[in-house]
Amino acid sequence: MVLAGVLLITPGSAGAKEMSPTSPTSPWGPKPTKAFKGDKCVEPVDVMRRDHMNYLLHQRDETVQQGIRGKKYSLRQCIECHAVPDKQAGGERTVEPFCGECHKFAAVTIDCFQCHTNKPEKVKSTEALPSGPLPPGHPTMNKKTSNSTNTGSWKKKTLFAALDPALQQGSTCNVQVR
Amino acid sequence: MSKCAKHCPEIAPNDAQNAIDPGRRRLLAGAGALTTLMLAPGVSLMMSGAVEARPAGVAASAKIRWGILIDVSKCPDGCDLCVTACKDENGWQETGRAETNVQWIRKVTLKDKNTGAIKTLPFMCQHCAEPPCVDVCPTGASFKRADGIVLVDKHTCIGCRYCMMACPYAARSFVHEQVTNQKPHAPRGKGTVESCTMCVHRVDKGQIPACVEACTKAGNRTMIFGDLNDPNSEIAKAAGQHLTTRIRADLGLDPGILYSGL
Amino acid sequence: MLKPTVFDQITDKAPGYYVVVGLLAVAIAIGLVSAYTMETSGHHITGMSNRIVWGMPHVFAVFLIVAASGALNAASISSVFGRTFYKPLARISGVTSIALLIGGLSVLVLDLGRPDRLIVAMTTYNFKSIFAWNIFLYTGFMVIVVVYLWMMMERRMARFTKAAGMTAFLWRLALTTGTGSIFGFLVARQAYDAAIMAPLFIAMSLSLGMAVFTLVLFSIFWWSGKPIGSTISQRLGRLLGILIAAVLYFVIAQHLTNLYATEHHGIERFILIDGGVYTHLFWWGQILIGSLIPMYLLFKMAKCPCMVMGAAGLVIVGGFAQIYVIIIGGQAYPLLMFPGMEVTSSFFDGGIAAYAPSLPEVLLGLGGGAIALLGIALAVKTLPVLPHSLANADIDPDYTPPPEPEPEPEKEEAAGEDDEAPEAAASS
Repeated sequence: MVLAGVLLITPGSAGAKEMSPTSPTSPWGPKPTKAFKGDKCVEPVDVMRRDHMNYLLHQRDETVQQGIRGKKYSLRQCIECHAVPDKQAGGERTVEPFCGECHKFAAVTIDCFQCHTNKPEKVKSTEALPSGPLPPGHPTMNKKTSNSTNTGSWKKKTLFAALDPALQQGSTCNVQVR
Repeated sequence: MSKCAKHCPEIAPNDAQNAIDPGRRRLLAGAGALTTLMLAPGVSLMMSGAVEARPAGVAASAKIRWGILIDVSKCPDGCDLCVTACKDENGWQETGRAETNVQWIRKVTLKDKNTGAIKTLPFMCQHCAEPPCVDVCPTGASFKRADGIVLVDKHTCIGCRYCMMACPYAARSFVHEQVTNQKPHAPRGKGTVESCTMCVHRVDKGQIPACVEACTKAGNRTMIFGDLNDPNSEIAKAAGQHLTTRIRADLGLDPGILYSGL
Repeated sequence: MLKPTVFDQITDKAPGYYVVVGLLAVAIAIGLVSAYTMETSGHHITGMSNRIVWGMPHVFAVFLIVAASGALNAASISSVFGRTFYKPLARISGVTSIALLIGGLSVLVLDLGRPDRLIVAMTTYNFKSIFAWNIFLYTGFMVIVVVYLWMMMERRMARFTKAAGMTAFLWRLALTTGTGSIFGFLVARQAYDAAIMAPLFIAMSLSLGMAVFTLVLFSIFWWSGKPIGSTISQRLGRLLGILIAAVLYFVIAQHLTNLYATEHHGIERFILIDGGVYTHLFWWGQILIGSLIPMYLLFKMAKCPCMVMGAAGLVIVGGFAQIYVIIIGGQAYPLLMFPGMEVTSSFFDGGIAAYAPSLPEVLLGLGGGAIALLGIALAVKTLPVLPHSLANADIDPDYTPPPEPEPEPEKEEAAGEDDEAPEAAASS
C-alpha cells in the first residue's frame, strides 16, 4: 500500500515541468473523474489518496464482524459520490472511471468489485437513501473535526510538497472541486 | 453488574417457562457477565421493543439472540413468497443450472414415510449458537456475530467449502459463477460461500428480514422474527406457548430458527 | 560383510530423461490451465455442485497427501526402528514424500474458490479448525523432512538422523490423523463423524504411500538400468501386503460398527449394496483390485520386481477408488435432516446427489500428480539419493552367492534367477 502511494505520487513529480499552473494533474498521470455529487470528501484529498485503503479496510472489519454501522468511511458512500456515468457500463453510473484510473496506472489490483457492486443504490422514493444524510463525523457536519484533520494532513502535505508540485496546488484530485 | 441488572431484566428464572433450553441459559448467563463491560449506550434501547435500529457506531450486542419462529401449520403449500422476497432483497437468482444454483432459503417438502402426511416449510441457515461451519472454517471467515447471526466474511473466505461439508442443514451455497449487479447491501462474488444472513443489513436498521416481512404482509404470519432473549418479545412469547422443534436437535447446536407444528 | 551403501544420481543412464521431464511439465501446464479455467469461469464447469462440494481435486489431493506420509515408511523403518536393510532407501523415501505432499497441496490450493487469497489462508487462522491445524501439519512436515534429508545426507550431521527421523515419524502420524479428522470431525454427515477415520487414514497412508514409493523406486531402477534383486522385491512386497491387510482390517471395523447401529443402515446400504457406482467402486475397485489381488500377488509372487510393481499399481487404483467412495460417496448420501421423512426441495434435499467428474477437475488432479513426479525426477537427477545398487549382494547381509542353495523355501526359483543382473530385473 505504501508502494501504491508512492506510485501515485511519482508521476506528478516527473511531469512537474510540463504542467501548467492550472492543470490539476500531469499530462500522463492518472486522471480520476470528478465526483458526481457532494462537495467535500470525508478527509482531505491528499489524505484520502494515501490512506483510503486503510480506512476502508479497518472499518469493513468492524462493520462485518461486529456490526458497527454508520461510521465515517464506507465503500457504499464512496460509490454514492464517486460513481459517474460510465460509457463501458452503457452510461450507467459506476465507480470504475474513478477507482480504475489510478489503480490501473499504479498496477494495484483491487478485488472490491468482484463482490461489491460498483454502482450506487437505485433510488426508491419510499426509502431513505444512504446518500441522504451524511455519515456522522463527516467534515462538513463538524467544523472542528474538519479543521483538525486538515492541520494533521497539512504536515503530510508539506512532506510531499517538494516531491509533488501537484499537491502544492492543493487540488490535484478533481474530487474536491465540483 | 448493577447496570446490567437494570437494563436486562430478562436474565431471570422465567427462562424455563419460555421453553428456552438450559444450554442457551448457560450461554446467556456467561455472555451477560462477559458483556457487562461492553455495554454500549444503545443497548438499553433494544430492550423495550422487538426490533429497533442500532445507533451508528455501536456493535451488535451479545444480549440479543435474533431468531425466527416458523409455524409450519400456517405455511401454505405451494407458496414461495419468502423465497422470492429473499431473492429480491439479496439479489440471488436462478442460473439455469440447478445443481450449482445459489439458494439462501428454500421450501422443503416433507412426507411422512409411514402415514403419507405431507407438509412444506421454509428452510435456511439455522443460525446455530454452536455453528459447526464456524468451527471448521480455517480462516475464521465463517463467524457468528454477537447477536447470534451466523455470517460469512467474504473478505477472508478462500472458498474451501469445508463449512458446506460441516453444515448439517445444507444451508450454504458456493458461488459457482460470476455475479454481476449485486445489491449494494448484499455483496456476493464468485468463489466464496454464502448463506442466509437473516437480512443483517435490515435488522441493523430496525427492519425485519425480507422473508418474514413478505410472509407477514401476505397475511400468512408463518414466521415471527425477534429477540429470543427478550421474554417480552413476540417471538419469545409465541415460542413459550407451545413446544418448538429445532432441526437436528440431537447435535446440540441450538439453532436460532425454531419450528412449531412440525 | 555388507559394503557401505553408495548413493548416486541417475546421471545419463536413464534414456529420454528430458523427454520425461518435458512430458511432466506439459501435464503440469495442462493442470494449471484447467485450474485457471475453473477459477475464471467459476466452478460450475466442474462436476462439483452445492451437494457434492468436494470432487475429483480433493480425491487427488487427499490421495497424494496421504501417500506422502506413507512414502516415508522406508526412512522411518530405517531411522526409527533401526532396520539397516532399509537404510539405502531412506533418502529416496524422504524425497518421494516431500514431492507427493507438494503435489497434493498444489491441487488443494488450486481448487479453492479464491486461490488468489492463499495469503489469507497463511495469515488468518481459526485454531478450532482442523483445516487450520493441517496447514501447520503439512508445512511443518515438509520442513522436518527436508531437515531429516539433510541429516541423512550430510556426514557431520549423521548423528542427528535418528532424532530427525523420530520427529518426522511422529509428525507424519499427526499429519495423517489430521487428514482423517477432516472427515472424522464432520458431525453432520452419516458417512463421516467417526473416530475410526484417523486410524483408517493412517493405515491408508502406510499402504498407499508404500505402493507409490515402491512403484517409483522400482521404475527409476528399471528405467536407469540400475541393478535390483529379488530380496528387495520380496521385502518391500511383503511389507506392502501386510499394510494392505491393515487397511482392510480398519475398513471391516468401520463397516461392522456402522452395520450394528440401525441409524447407520442407510449409509451402509448405500455404500455396500445399492449405491451404484460407489458400491461397484467399493467392491470391485477397493476390495478386489485394490486389496485382494495385490495381496495374492505380493504374498505369492513377490520375488519378481515386476509383480510387486503391478501389485503396487493395483493398490494405487484401489486407493483412488477408496478415497472416491469416502469423499464423494459420503457426500452423495443425503443429509439426515428430518428422520423418518421423505424430503424433497429445489436444493436436492433428500435424494442421492449426482456427480460426474469433469475434465478440468481430473486434469488438475493429474497435474498435481505430475508435480510430484517432476519433483522426484529432478531430485534423482541432481541429488545423491538413490542407492547405487539394490542387487541382493549389495543389500542383504545374509546373502550367499547363487550356486549355494538359499535357506528360503522357494529355493529352486531363487537359484534359477540371476539376481544381480540389472537386465534380469528389467526384462522380467
